[in-house]
Amino acid sequence: MGSTISSIPFAGTPEQEKKLRAVIDSHKNEKGCLMPILQQAQEIYGYLPIEVQKIIAAETGYPLEKIYGVVTFYAQFALNPKGQYKISVCLGTACYVKGSGDIYNKLIEKLGIDGGGCTPDGKFSLEACRCIGACGLAPVLTVNDDVYGRLTVDDIDDILAKYN
Amino acid sequence: MKKSLEELNAIRDKIKGQVEVRRESSDSADKKYQVLVCGGTGCTSSGSAKIIEKLNEEIEKNGISDKVDVIKTGCFGLCALGPIMIVYPEGAFYSMVKEEEIPEIVREHLVNGHVDTKYLYKETVTNEGIKSLNETNFYKKQHRVALRNCGVINPENIDEYIGTDGYQALAKVITEMKPEDVIQTILDSGLRGRGGGGFPTGMKWKLARNIVPNADQKYVCCNADEGDPGAFMDRSVLEGDPHVVLEAMAIAGYAIGANQGYIYVRAEYPIAIHRLEIAIGQAREYGILGKGIFGTDFDFDIELRLGAGAFVCGEETALMTSIEGNRGEPRPRPPFPAEKGLYGKPTILNNVETYANVPRIILNGAEWFSAMGTEKSKGTKVFALGGKINNTGLVEVPMGTTLREVVEEIGGGIPHGKKFKAAQTGGPSGGCIPAEHFDIPIDYDNLIAIGSMMGSGGLIVMDEDNCMVDIAKFFLEFTVDESCGKCTPCRVGTKRLLEILDKITRGQGTLEDIDKMEELCYYIKANSLCGLGQTAPNPVLSTLKFFRDEYVAHVVDKRCPAGVCKKLLSFEIDPDKCKGCTACARVCPAGAIEGSVKTPHVINKDKCLKCGACIEKCKFGAISKK
Repeated sequence: MGSTISSIPFAGTPEQEKKLRAVIDSHKNEKGCLMPILQQAQEIYGYLPIEVQKIIAAETGYPLEKIYGVVTFYAQFALNPKGQYKISVCLGTACYVKGSGDIYNKLIEKLGIDGGGCTPDGKFSLEACRCIGACGLAPVLTVNDDVYGRLTVDDIDDILAKYN
Repeated sequence: MKKSLEELNAIRDKIKGQVEVRRESSDSADKKYQVLVCGGTGCTSSGSAKIIEKLNEEIEKNGISDKVDVIKTGCFGLCALGPIMIVYPEGAFYSMVKEEEIPEIVREHLVNGHVDTKYLYKETVTNEGIKSLNETNFYKKQHRVALRNCGVINPENIDEYIGTDGYQALAKVITEMKPEDVIQTILDSGLRGRGGGGFPTGMKWKLARNIVPNADQKYVCCNADEGDPGAFMDRSVLEGDPHVVLEAMAIAGYAIGANQGYIYVRAEYPIAIHRLEIAIGQAREYGILGKGIFGTDFDFDIELRLGAGAFVCGEETALMTSIEGNRGEPRPRPPFPAEKGLYGKPTILNNVETYANVPRIILNGAEWFSAMGTEKSKGTKVFALGGKINNTGLVEVPMGTTLREVVEEIGGGIPHGKKFKAAQTGGPSGGCIPAEHFDIPIDYDNLIAIGSMMGSGGLIVMDEDNCMVDIAKFFLEFTVDESCGKCTPCRVGTKRLLEILDKITRGQGTLEDIDKMEELCYYIKANSLCGLGQTAPNPVLSTLKFFRDEYVAHVVDKRCPAGVCKKLLSFEIDPDKCKGCTACARVCPAGAIEGSVKTPHVINKDKCLKCGACIEKCKFGAISKK
């Protein structure tokens, strides 16, 4: 869950800001527009830094504290940037019962980061996710859009090597 | 390109034949080959998209494009054997298909007409020829109602849905039936909410219609959040047959007097979201969603709203407030959503699987549905089989099927010859069913009677190597993480419960802790604001009820009988088996193994970190953990 504000400096570009303002404009007069705006803003920036939240607050009229409250509530909204390769280990019941907890711990050990964190070189970020629905392949992890199933702890080195 | 009812019927008549061929094996005289490839999340992750590409390539190469259709379908259910490819008319079930096998299969089967039996699901290959997959152990006890089109139609083609009598129920409802009659039909069918609550669907619709009869706006919502880990029934319906949900929501809108629907889908289901977007677009294009449907004055439209990773948003009031753009925190009820829901208007919220049953009930009648199942639990239920079971995947069985039938006959039993220990149903809100209740007929009330609950249909099988205390702790970790924090009994109570469980798994618990834990459970259940808190203690209470001896072993003997809880494990070298090769001592990171060459080694328990490196290294199986 993202509850700490990132210490990595904000590096948003003017193009990204233009896209963000376009998204806000197209939604701001609809009922219940905040969630879709935040979801699309995260797609533009990769995460939701306080700078982006301030722009959304200014344009929609929602107080910043309300927006911050919503962003910190939902697990999918990130206050920290993700790595180039986002590793997501499923800790849903079916995967857990088949040993995904050991795989998660092994990754923490090998990458030297905690769950939710990112390696200092910005390459790998690690998080646990709950059930992506591929339970027939348990245990499962994803690296960006690649899905790896039927894993054992020994498969980890090979998987990490693919992204080096 | 709006379609009238006549045009709809014309599409159906044109396509029906070719789609219905895909439900059962038949002989191949004069029939075009139809190659169905599963495009559900599981099989896509195993590379089914590449298989479709390769198929098209090879078919083109062999010049048989006019004799073969390749169709991407939804989930067939037998996920353990994916990627799955079924060729009709023979109904040849190719399992665990690899891209490199495709050229041969195309040549042998599609060009030369000989089924390539070595790549088939073993059970279908018999001496008398190929068995229909409907006769295999996995499928023969199933009765696919909610899943009837999954694995049969291309979910991205509305015409194929229409070919299976799609949207006929909606047409019947808005041109021939009164809203009250629609509600009565659903009431008479006995359909109960499939999301876990089991509330009679007809009753919910009736309340929404009647409590505020002259409301200026009403809403129909679909709960596609499917937060229970291990549950993927709704995902498969959305990926494999999205139109059935759209049709059912429109029927519900007509029944209660609503003209707008929202489907709240969890963001972790990108394929489902994509298929829904396509389906809604196609339905709007045909005029089946929008203004003046089928030339009547009934308007209905549907929009998607995405979740953002909060389990609690599967709770009805949390879901609605999330759509409104707030933190997904539940609120006290009454007033119930049927009176005051989304944006303060009367709203119904039903689960995906509940909706998937509605069109068939309208077409086949309430009696057809209520003839299936048990006295108080009518119809069928989809279960997601996972964990320690051979045939992981989706199954749909009539209510009243026993757990033994599901696990042993349909599920193919426990792998590696291990013993069944318990089946967890209902996810983090549910409980376990131990071996002594293996013959329990599964329905809403039977499971509640033994302290479990049906839940959404996730069924995780555990064997002798799973520790039930560890499982209870696992579920509590989940609930503590997902608790919204609004009410104290849940926010603080579940945390304290987890702390006690953690203490017990670390070997520091006492018998008093067990009693304290039980008391805390009842307190949390009685006082939490919403279903998350009210059911969070269920895994603890259920495992205490059936596996109290395991808790006692952890606390009194400081021992984990299943060999899972690391802090309680004792690693030992069997002196009779140990050859003194020193391999283990060399790999031990803590230097905890002592012994000289050729003499039996000993593990120093004070230094041992219980990492397991020695067990992995030992070639003589001399090291074990107790």
